[in-house]
Amino acid sequence: MTALDDRPVSAADAAHVTTVTLKIRRYDPEVDPDANWQTFDVPVEKGDRLLDALHHVKWYQDGSLAFRRSCAHGVCGSDAMRINGVNRLACKVLIKDLATKEGQEILVEPIKGLPVEKDLIVDMEPFFEAFRSIKPFLITDGREPTRERLQSAEDRARFDDTTKCIMCAACTTSCPVYWTDESYFGPQAIVMAHRFIFDSRDEGAEERLEILNEKEGVWRCRTTFNCTDACPRGIEVTKAIQEVKRALIFRRV
Amino acid sequence: MPAAPAGTLYRGREGMWSWVAHRVTGVLIFFFLFAHVLDTALVRVSPDYYNRIMDTYKTPVVNLMEVGLVGAVLYHSLNGLRVMAIDFWEKGPRYQKQMTYAVIAVVLLVMIPGTYFMMQHTVEEMFGSTT
Ligand code: SF4
Ligand code: FES
Repeated sequence: MTALDDRPVSAADAAHVTTVTLKIRRYDPEVDPDANWQTFDVPVEKGDRLLDALHHVKWYQDGSLAFRRSCAHGVCGSDAMRINGVNRLACKVLIKDLATKEGQEILVEPIKGLPVEKDLIVDMEPFFEAFRSIKPFLITDGREPTRERLQSAEDRARFDDTTKCIMCAACTTSCPVYWTDESYFGPQAIVMAHRFIFDSRDEGAEERLEILNEKEGVWRCRTTFNCTDACPRGIEVTKAIQEVKRALIFRRV
Repeated sequence: MPAAPAGTLYRGREGMWSWVAHRVTGVLIFFFLFAHVLDTALVRVSPDYYNRIMDTYKTPVVNLMEVGLVGAVLYHSLNGLRVMAIDFWEKGPRYQKQMTYAVIAVVLLVMIPGTYFMMQHTVEEMFGSTT
């Protein structure tokens, strides 16, 4: 299905509209058991993000292109994909940072290590399963307090970095260990565990540390830093993993 | 999962490539140790055989491999220290890039003169001595 974009363009607008080429890895198991590369020429304006270009393809060129997105503002974590070889959110990267040279193609692929369902959509279930396995909720014993659970600013600061996660999976699917061993919890699950382990209000640290002490836990980390480079929220993922490792070695949170 | 065509290589940075190099040098060193244990064990079987094997090592190609081995051991040990610093030193993860470049710098600093001294004899034998 192909439709042409025939909306009128004013002269002033046209002046700063340029064309970029997207090279997208397409896959539709109902049509072809193999994936293939397809290129699209897309008109873009100066401030456009990659997501705008993908929208242009889907809305005006080929409606069968499948990808996830929701907020379009880097909040929901739906549109992590491999862009020019690295994991990024399509809604956060600017076209002008991707196609720096004239006529340069922008490569778009699904994130690696999770089963591809169609085009840029992968099955996130193994990723969510790892997330659930570290018990991502407040664990306390004893009676519920009558007022809120207070925490000092210093105590809050200890896990501030890891509260920023939007569960986009950019980190986990950038990890060479995860690509070859899907039973590894992956960086995101460890980030989420870190968020609770170092929270002074939570009492489940022991439990979570035991889970991450397993064979497929933190010790699988090979400190490649791909996760830290990929995180769209700027979380120091490898550092969080290191803190969990040290908590395990020294038995101190 | 679609098999073909293959996707592109993940464009990791210093951290990923230093890990790849760590693996490769680790495997190389393992194979060297394997061969080394075998040929050294030979001395107990027959010292004569041992000497003959040792003589076959005196070729330019093996000399080049020796240089590679020294480089591999040097990189692997220095990067090993870097990995330990990342895991145990609080600020390690923040300085991993700088530490990667430091490792590369030391390896180059040692290996450039090192290669010269290690290859000197071979080069003189092949192309004649200058002195
Ligand atoms: S840690 Fe960063 S990259 Fe990983 S899922 Fe959370 S937001 Fe995404
Ligand atoms: S669409 Fe919500 S994070 Fe990109």
